[in-house]
Amino acid sequence: MSGFFDKWRIPLLYTAMALLLLAVGFGQSWTVMLAILNLGLISAVMALGVNIQWGYAGLFNVGIMGFAALGGLGVVLTAMPPVPAAWSAGGINLGLAALVIVGTIALALFVRERLPGLRGPATLIIVFAGYVVMRFFLDPASEAIEAVNSASEGYLGGLGLPVLIGWPVGGLFAAGAAYIVGKIALGLRSDYLAIATLGISEIIIAVIKNEDWLSRGVKNVTGLPRPVPYERDLQAEQWIIDLAARFETDVQTSSAIVVRLEYALLFAAVLGILMWLSQRALHSPWGRMMRAIRDNRDAAEAMGKDVTRRHLQVFVMGSAVVGIGGAMLTTLDGQFTPSSYNPLRYTFLIWVMVIAGGSGNNWGSILGAFLIWYVWVMAEPLGSGLMNLLTAGMDADNGLRTHLLDGAAHMRPFLMGLILLLVLRFAPRGLIPERSGR
Amino acid sequence: MSFLAGTNMTGGYGAADILHDCTIAVDKGEIAVIVGPNGAGKSTAMKAVFGMLKLRQGSVTLDGRDITNLTPQDRVQSGMGFVPQTNNVFVNMSVEENLEMGAYIRDDDFSGTMDRVFDLFPILKEKRSQPAGQLSGGQRQQVAVGRALMTQPKVLMLDEPTAGVSPIVMDELFDNILEIAALGIAILMVEQNARQALNIADKGYVLVQGANRYTDTGEALMANPEVRKTFLGG
Amino acid sequence: MTDILNALVLLSNFVLIPALSYGSQLALGALGVTLIYAVLRFSNFAHGDMMALGTMATIMITWGLHAMGVSFGPLPTALLALPFGILIAMAVALVTDRAVYRFYRKQRSAPVVFVMASVGVMFMYNAITRIFIGTGDQRFADGERFVLKVNEFKELTGLDQGLAIRTSQLITVVVMVAVVAFVFWFLQKTRTGKAMRAYSDNEDLALLSGINPDRVVRITWILAAALATIAGVLYGLDKSFRPFVYFQLLLPIFASAIVGGIGQPLGAIAGGFIVAFSEVMVTYAWKGFITLIVPADMAPEGLVQLLGTDYKFAVSFIILVVVLLVRPTGIFKGRVI
Ligand SMILES: Nc1ncnc2c1ncn2[C@@H]1O[C@H](COP(=O)(O)OP(=O)(O)OP(=O)(O)O)[C@@H](O)[C@H]1O
Ligand SMILES: [Mg+2]
Repeated sequence: MSGFFDKWRIPLLYTAMALLLLAVGFGQSWTVMLAILNLGLISAVMALGVNIQWGYAGLFNVGIMGFAALGGLGVVLTAMPPVPAAWSAGGINLGLAALVIVGTIALALFVRERLPGLRGPATLIIVFAGYVVMRFFLDPASEAIEAVNSASEGYLGGLGLPVLIGWPVGGLFAAGAAYIVGKIALGLRSDYLAIATLGISEIIIAVIKNEDWLSRGVKNVTGLPRPVPYERDLQAEQWIIDLAARFETDVQTSSAIVVRLEYALLFAAVLGILMWLSQRALHSPWGRMMRAIRDNRDAAEAMGKDVTRRHLQVFVMGSAVVGIGGAMLTTLDGQFTPSSYNPLRYTFLIWVMVIAGGSGNNWGSILGAFLIWYVWVMAEPLGSGLMNLLTAGMDADNGLRTHLLDGAAHMRPFLMGLILLLVLRFAPRGLIPERSGR
Repeated sequence: MSFLAGTNMTGGYGAADILHDCTIAVDKGEIAVIVGPNGAGKSTAMKAVFGMLKLRQGSVTLDGRDITNLTPQDRVQSGMGFVPQTNNVFVNMSVEENLEMGAYIRDDDFSGTMDRVFDLFPILKEKRSQPAGQLSGGQRQQVAVGRALMTQPKVLMLDEPTAGVSPIVMDELFDNILEIAALGIAILMVEQNARQALNIADKGYVLVQGANRYTDTGEALMANPEVRKTFLGG
Repeated sequence: MTDILNALVLLSNFVLIPALSYGSQLALGALGVTLIYAVLRFSNFAHGDMMALGTMATIMITWGLHAMGVSFGPLPTALLALPFGILIAMAVALVTDRAVYRFYRKQRSAPVVFVMASVGVMFMYNAITRIFIGTGDQRFADGERFVLKVNEFKELTGLDQGLAIRTSQLITVVVMVAVVAFVFWFLQKTRTGKAMRAYSDNEDLALLSGINPDRVVRITWILAAALATIAGVLYGLDKSFRPFVYFQLLLPIFASAIVGGIGQPLGAIAGGFIVAFSEVMVTYAWKGFITLIVPADMAPEGLVQLLGTDYKFAVSFIILVVVLLVRPTGIFKGRVI
């Protein structure tokens, strides 16, 4: 029996998951079900990225939120139409500021080579001076840019390219940040990477919240171009009207379902490609080596493997995948809202997904993503329902009752923390364990 | 029955056994020395006697009592002291604190014991407030032995106390060990310097691949031509 | 000459005093992190939320005291509630250790597993805090607000610039000195403290010396919980209490511990002040100060602020990065593995 279950574990669990989703479709509504599915697909992409880092290499990334935000920024900078007035207002100064950054780095590198004895102080002085000069150009630039039609623009805009190009760009942004962090923190003890990723993600969030010229900050970027048609355009189409008639719903519903389905197909395609690549990587000699390093770092090092370099590779790759997921999410939302990036949602949920699904196993991570997202969504009504029930006897404006009802919202994170700790302790290999020896 | 005896010990760190039916014993006031090639399992045998290794077979007795299932801490309580081969001092703590930690389980006044350790190793008295990590190799070994003596053990187990120590300091250490034995303490030690060690030993064990190869008095082993040829370099 | 004096007063008022009290809070937080690190050998991500939890408990008790009509004269009532808050935090920490960390300790799991578990714990603490007190801002400082008021100072000295010392700032520094002195006395002079150091130094040898590891670990959590709660309450009195801000304090606290040398109590104190002073100085707008000390025609136009306050976490991060690049062991040679 257990042999049977082991062999059919993946199909069985995936079928069960599909049934759970279908239950929402039949029982509640198909739009809700598709919404869960779409976010499940995006979570799965991010979970895949985290699994590449954690499952393949044992690297602990606490900054998923930041990398997801960079992915979103990638979409904004790729797909939004450029704002020419902003460019002419602050473009030159901004360009100069960029030049100063490049120049500072070049000068610092040059001086470091020439003055080996004074490396530290010289670098410090150059970087400080470079920063001051950079600010000298950047400050007026950002002021000028933010003044341009600030109610709706006030930023540089993007390149006006198709939004799908924003996805790999988002991945590249995340990869770039990961490279810098990895270069610094990898090779030291494992906690330091965790701390450094926590730091970088807070800084990324601070930048996108405050550098209005780049991302409009807390004013949000809305109206991102969509890779799929708009509902109101669809509603005029005959086939949508026919579809609505056939399923005995209204056109609003049928157009919404079609749009969500199209998103789902797009996301599934991306997930499929990434999954295929990850599986190939995992089962290649490279993947075997990664696992060898993870399981016995000392032995691998003794065999002459450059562990830190390998770790940098996986760290960058995993972060890029998270960035792509972040880009997809921003695209689905149709807007970029810096203040919505919080560690609970982006960092922690993804972690629970990976651990619960089965670290080291891509199938597990994807399943974990769907399942945990499902639980997360379903726990909301459950939590407040429970609290309502508990407090049913009290007055509607009873202080304790309102207090407890407010608190119900925080039952979800509590539940997630509990799931993480329970899985980590009692089933550390997750729902779909990594198969050893393959 | 000897005061301390590990009898027919079989076991290892994982699936594979390192020790095979190995027996080691020592009596009060006696010095027993374990010699053998690197990797023979000497340290492992010591750990087994001290309860730091799970035995699959065999038993350990102390003063007639079966202590096979006691934890190392409990063995310390019942009068055993152990000086491991490596990492045997608290490097960030002063010499005096190292000795205090040795006496951690004692609730009585241990200043007398500390004075005796300082008598035994006068240099430690001088360096009492220096961190042990800043001492020379020989001084560190003295701290390590001193720490183990602080519980006033009835048995002292030493794993290569003279490793990395100059010949003069080594002679001193051996003298110290003789002094300690003269107090009526049983001493079980592993030694790389087989010749000198067997010279002061009442009993010698030659261990090869986790099994007893030769067991005899120190003198007899020194006299045994085969032992001389293979283990004492002619 | 008076300009120079005025400039110094300005600097004290906006940089020196705030950084001193912020540094004290960070130092206490970092001391807790470093103790956990020294004994249990992992970076405790739940420390910030432990601070929040302990502070939350203290605030609730403070409210209870208010309801009973108790106050502490010129001092904040929260100081009366603090011991109870500490006890609650200690209990929570001990329960957590028993339920979560002990298992991995027995398994001798890799540090990263502990870190992961601590992240799980962090979110549970986080949720508990919010369930009880919500996500909003809580101000709970009462009693006398100032020890020295701006106009008092001006009258006293006749200077243009004022200097104010808030009660919370004075309390912070005094409490910090007392607590640090106690912790060091405990570690250096008591048998239990020495056992803790011994265990941190060489776990196996500590076991061979008969030191009870469970007891050492318990004491460590008790100390860490107390330090976290004290740091959290001081921070909350000085500024205000908001759970998310406490989560964000994690980064400067880690930076402090690492700069000083993780696992080194002395380093944690030094690190706390280094990070606090850097943060305050880098995010301070120097315009007023410079205007006072240079001739009138050279006064700067801009704010002369290196980084906006929204970027104060960047300061911790940059310090962290520099340390990791230049001297990963930190100032006082902490542990690297
Ligand atoms: N902690 C451990 N885990 C697994 N195997 C170990 C461990 N310690 C030692 N071994 C193995 O047990 C065997 C015996 O080692 P042991 O340390 O007992 O040798 P030894 O006789 O003390 O050698 P030396 O003279 O070099 O100190 C060796 O093959 C070693 O690889
Ligand atoms: Mg050995």
